[in-house]
Amino acid sequence: MKHKTFFWFFLPTALAMLLFIALPLTSVVSQSFHAPHEEVLLVSEICDPFGCATESTIDHQATEQLKKDKPLGQWVGFEIYADRNHLAFKEVAEFWENRTSFTGFISSLNNLQFYRAMGFTLTYVIVVTPLVILFGLIIALAVNSLHRHLKGLMVFFSLLPMIVTPLVGSLILFWMIDARGIVGSGLQEIFSDPNLSLKASTGLTWVTLIVYGVWHSAPFAFIVFYAGLQTVPKETLESAMIDGASRFQQVMHVVVPHLSPLVAFVALIQLMDNFRVFEPIVGFSAEAHATSLSWIIWNDIGQEIRLFSSAATTSVLTIIGVVILLLPVLIRTWREFNPEK
Amino acid sequence: MFLRKIATVVALTTLASSAWAGCGASDGRVSIVGNEFPAIQTVGAGAMECAGGGVTVEKNLTADHQKINVPGMQGNPAEFTTAIVANSSIVALMNNDVIRPLDDLVAKHGQGLQKSQLITVDGNIMGVAFMANAQHLVFRADILDQLGMAPPTTYEEMLVAAANIRASGLMENPVGGAYKAGWNLAEEFVNMYIGQGGEFFKPGSAEIAVNNQHGVDALHMMRALSNFMNPDFLTHDSNATSAEWKAGNVAIMNMWGSRVGPLKSDEVDPAVANNTDIAGPMTVGGGSTPASTLWWDGWTVSKNISDADAEATFMAMMHAIRPEMLNDETSPLAVWLIDGYQPTDAAKGVFAAAAMGTTPYPMLPYAGLMHSAAGKELVDFMQGKETASQALADLEAAYTTAAKEKGYL
Repeated sequence: MKHKTFFWFFLPTALAMLLFIALPLTSVVSQSFHAPHEEVLLVSEICDPFGCATESTIDHQATEQLKKDKPLGQWVGFEIYADRNHLAFKEVAEFWENRTSFTGFISSLNNLQFYRAMGFTLTYVIVVTPLVILFGLIIALAVNSLHRHLKGLMVFFSLLPMIVTPLVGSLILFWMIDARGIVGSGLQEIFSDPNLSLKASTGLTWVTLIVYGVWHSAPFAFIVFYAGLQTVPKETLESAMIDGASRFQQVMHVVVPHLSPLVAFVALIQLMDNFRVFEPIVGFSAEAHATSLSWIIWNDIGQEIRLFSSAATTSVLTIIGVVILLLPVLIRTWREFNPEK
Repeated sequence: MFLRKIATVVALTTLASSAWAGCGASDGRVSIVGNEFPAIQTVGAGAMECAGGGVTVEKNLTADHQKINVPGMQGNPAEFTTAIVANSSIVALMNNDVIRPLDDLVAKHGQGLQKSQLITVDGNIMGVAFMANAQHLVFRADILDQLGMAPPTTYEEMLVAAANIRASGLMENPVGGAYKAGWNLAEEFVNMYIGQGGEFFKPGSAEIAVNNQHGVDALHMMRALSNFMNPDFLTHDSNATSAEWKAGNVAIMNMWGSRVGPLKSDEVDPAVANNTDIAGPMTVGGGSTPASTLWWDGWTVSKNISDADAEATFMAMMHAIRPEMLNDETSPLAVWLIDGYQPTDAAKGVFAAAAMGTTPYPMLPYAGLMHSAAGKELVDFMQGKETASQALADLEAAYTTAAKEKGYL
């Protein structure tokens, strides 16, 4: 393609990327280096139905000019990144120095919201991603071997978990696993433990969230693999059969290698999605047991007093986390497309 | 049948709107944001009656109101012309300077308001309160009678009652409580800490001071109570706790006065509804100040809107809280601060709270930061993962970090 043609062809995409990716990113990064100006507090007499009291209020006039001149707030550099609600360098160093054992150090990290969230997020990513790929492949193989009249119907049903809005899907399951819900009381029956509750213990909440994550995302892997299965060369399969390969051997040596670029693709998308796990935590009211970086961002800007700089910092940390996670997959893809280097 | 119902409702709405069109204003835009409990729904519906003529009225009543009210009022013109707030949430509006003083409008259209309804800051009217609220005891009279117990007046008695009910086999988890991690759990801590006689901040500063014996005692009481709650208590907000009550699973709880009405409604099993009774808030640890907080709910008017919109909004909201809106149906929904309100049986809990000298929720610019830090840092203690003083130390550290970022420290 000529360079000029390419330029005009690519221009709309480039503009959209600038507008929807580069600009918000710049805004988030610059916000994370700024904090609001110091507030001037006044003592005011506040009267309400219960009487009058002298309380502190904010003097808006005192900082009006300052806020107009520097609407972003004051430059604080990496201060917010280093503070206790984010990377907490000072606290981590203290914990390390005062540690009695390595596990003790890890459990004291649990007091810091960033590391607490990372603990769950990474577990979720590490467990859910391979399971999604595995289940997606199994469902795709199963559906593909069905009679063609049944296929359409089964594809539709297999996709349902992905079609349901995550928040709605998790809310439905939340009520089903309640101690008085159909799944919850069923489990109590099976394990004959009337006090069994999936919502009351951290371990079981994590299991619930992970099961939900696999349930919700497996259809995505399934539909990608199912599409891939339609392109598996018949000749290779037939020759494998003639050579006496069992169905399992056919899958392992013909189908899976053929699908491997798709596995990389699904892994890429899933690593990214799972690292940003958010809706199930809200849907399952799981914040007592499991939080994620996305949940922290939401919590920072969802309270009566909103912490924008804190939320921006966590957003940048999330982006860095995603990049680190994707690095191996990205490097691999890069090599595949540039074999001569 | 269904269609006819719809047609009637539509016809009635049109009638109603034409009857009140504008509520005295000739044109303007009214847009309401607020919480969603029944009393506020009534006020919202009252303001909707003013739609018609040149006046448009919209409402957005949701439990997430505090997440959207400030952003929705910061634009110019603001999306919301009024926010229905409480003593905690008006602070966020004042912090962000998005509400206007109402002195001129009160002078012009505010006849009939009582002086006690006006929220003033250094003499400027910033809001109009229409109801009071507090958390107080709700109990099942039949269960307590059966065991020959009087309704508890202290949390220590509540624990005894809970143990008795469990021992009798009537209920496994007789205590209810909105202990959901986040805002609700923090609110219960605020109540309990005040009941223990604690002060949240060093006098005259934004420096937090909760890691003390009062805080430890408050947390231990909360944990003791949670032993008698549904094991899922950290996921139960006021709605879920109310559902537990309606299902007959709970016999004693500390609950909002404004939530009692629905517990006694026709839709609830009569065995539960008819035996649901209320009393004043409980004290704790031998203190005399109840472990509860007093709240008002009221409305404000946006700063970033035209004078015409502000006037129309003020008049529509005045219409919504006019004395004539009080009737048999609306009176029990809240403790109305409106002229002519006759306290009903449903109000005795909140009145008792006021009479006992319950502390109002602190209207401090940084109280919200303390509240949200408590909501996430006390969870580990409630699950038995750390000590009370460790949880309080975490709470103080998390608050201090956030307050520094916001420029309060």
